[in-house]
Amino acid sequence: MIDVQRSGPSTGMPTRTQQSDVLEAAYASHGDTKHILLFPSTPRECFEMTADAFDLAEQIQTPVIMLTDLDLGMNDHLSEPFVWDDNRKYKRGKVLNAEELDKIKRFGRYLDVDGDGIPYRTIPGTHPTKGSFFTRGTSRDEYAAYTEDSGAYQKNMDRLMVKWETSKSLVPKPFSYPTNKGNACGILFFGTSTYSSEEAMDMLKEENVFVDAMRIRAFPFNQDVNAFIDSHETIFVIEQNRDAQMRSLLMIELQASPQKLIPILNYDGMPITANQIFKEIKQHLTNTK
Amino acid sequence: MTYVRPKFRHPELPKNKLGYSVDYYEGALSTLCAGCGHDSISAAIVQSCFDLNIEPHRLAKLSGIGCSSKTPAYFLSNSHGFNSVHGRMPSVATGANLANRDLIYLGVSGDGDSASIGMGQFVHVVRRNLNMVYIVMNNGCYGLTKGQDSATADMGSKNKSGKTNLFESIDLASLAIELGAGFVAQSFSGDKSQMIPLIKAAMNHPGFAFINVISPCVTFNNNVGSTKSYDYVRQHIEATSTIDFVPEMAEITTKYEEGSTATVKMHDGSSMVLSKLEENWDPTNRHSAINAMQSAKERGEILTGMLFVDGDSQDLHHVIQTSDTPLNILTERDLCPGSIALEDINASLR
Repeated sequence: MIDVQRSGPSTGMPTRTQQSDVLEAAYASHGDTKHILLFPSTPRECFEMTADAFDLAEQIQTPVIMLTDLDLGMNDHLSEPFVWDDNRKYKRGKVLNAEELDKIKRFGRYLDVDGDGIPYRTIPGTHPTKGSFFTRGTSRDEYAAYTEDSGAYQKNMDRLMVKWETSKSLVPKPFSYPTNKGNACGILFFGTSTYSSEEAMDMLKEENVFVDAMRIRAFPFNQDVNAFIDSHETIFVIEQNRDAQMRSLLMIELQASPQKLIPILNYDGMPITANQIFKEIKQHLTNTK
Repeated sequence: MTYVRPKFRHPELPKNKLGYSVDYYEGALSTLCAGCGHDSISAAIVQSCFDLNIEPHRLAKLSGIGCSSKTPAYFLSNSHGFNSVHGRMPSVATGANLANRDLIYLGVSGDGDSASIGMGQFVHVVRRNLNMVYIVMNNGCYGLTKGQDSATADMGSKNKSGKTNLFESIDLASLAIELGAGFVAQSFSGDKSQMIPLIKAAMNHPGFAFINVISPCVTFNNNVGSTKSYDYVRQHIEATSTIDFVPEMAEITTKYEEGSTATVKMHDGSSMVLSKLEENWDPTNRHSAINAMQSAKERGEILTGMLFVDGDSQDLHHVIQTSDTPLNILTERDLCPGSIALEDINASLR
């Protein structure tokens, strides 16, 4: 699914940009639910991540949501040419064919055979007597049969958590900006906040203020994001919404300290500017000296 | 109370051409109320698939939410099933059918699932002429939530608490005909002999085949004053015709009186023979079918049988000209235009 984010709530400013569907997309649906999110920042990355999203959805057997925004989706951008590797194969994930089904004693659609939380699936019509199952929204056991047994339900919920852990190593890694090591401050950003964040870093450099930087490219967060937060005293989280949604997500999922994460927010419907980021970082550093 | 269905079956149960007996087409034990019309419809589905020699793994059964949508668990346990979100079965069926055109798609829904929450989905799956059988188990009430009136409850019909329905009902069969469906039938869950040939014909129809089955809710809508109770339906039912489904290659052996029958040829060579009971009605004429249904409604009758059929129906795949090979077995070679095509796109943006 591709969500071209614009300002909300409801129809909001329909022709303006925002990054305000982060929390909604991350936890969409009722019950304990988490979704895989991808955050492209350029037209070329939109192209590449869309192809990756199909592979991830099949490998992890779950919907993948790509969060772009109106700035990226509708404004003109200068882009590097798109490239495609003609040797690339679609990743279908764990799909059993008829011969493989024959070798299995009993097929369990939700049975965690490999311990990575991702079970094997079958495509309808594959085998005359094996591999068919009933997909249902209700609780079910490892063999796809309806059950309200507490143990079976919890086991499946825990398996989904194992799958979530597995997906951390499959989604795109964050992009780290090579800077001098040992900076006390870091900045975290994603999507179209990238251009302005990079420009702000240059502006800060001219004033001899050095920060490390990381661009988040996916949720669940890679271990590198955790390490980045741990290795800095202060982290500026730059995003284009009122409620500092990415900052909340970092706090919830990585138990990052709220005191450490300083929000830099823009939610006027226009793309965030380098000037705003530059000013707010400088202001904060001056105030805390 | 704990009860189990005995596994024992008569060893000499007749087998179909595939070597399966009818129990191979059954499902889990139904948890619906005893006497529920839906179970009779499930039984008719089981019998139809047995008779048609369908390989269960080549059929996909889909449903939404409601008592009706629980039934796919109670038939064809060797088929793939999908119990979708409420009212969203048509979307899932559309996706599945587009991915693999070679399976038989059987959708089961109810009056709440189709005429209320899923109405938007229903009308679009009809107009797209998706090749599927769509059965609505219509009881005029929300059985799963204690019997509130549904959108198909007739105006003036009384519910179990004696309250009269004040609103006009939605007639799904008429709606389907108006929206361009190529196969529209209506039946009654108490009339298995009519339902089975209708289901079989529907499965052979190359496009959207709709069967609206009046299926009384024994618990919440079987009271005096309800127009969807067993007694009311039995007293007010009017069959348009008797129906015979004649598979391809089979010889028509039944004798029909001259002038009283209409034979409808299906694309695969099979045919339907309708013995008309209603005068001045042509099942291959949309106007005639709608008129017959409107007249029946004015008389307070429920018209059943084959209401409308278009022998020249062409399904969604034909209309949008997809490949004959199911899309889900195409590979990178067939699907990916590759780097040369991409270079053209890059060039066009320079």
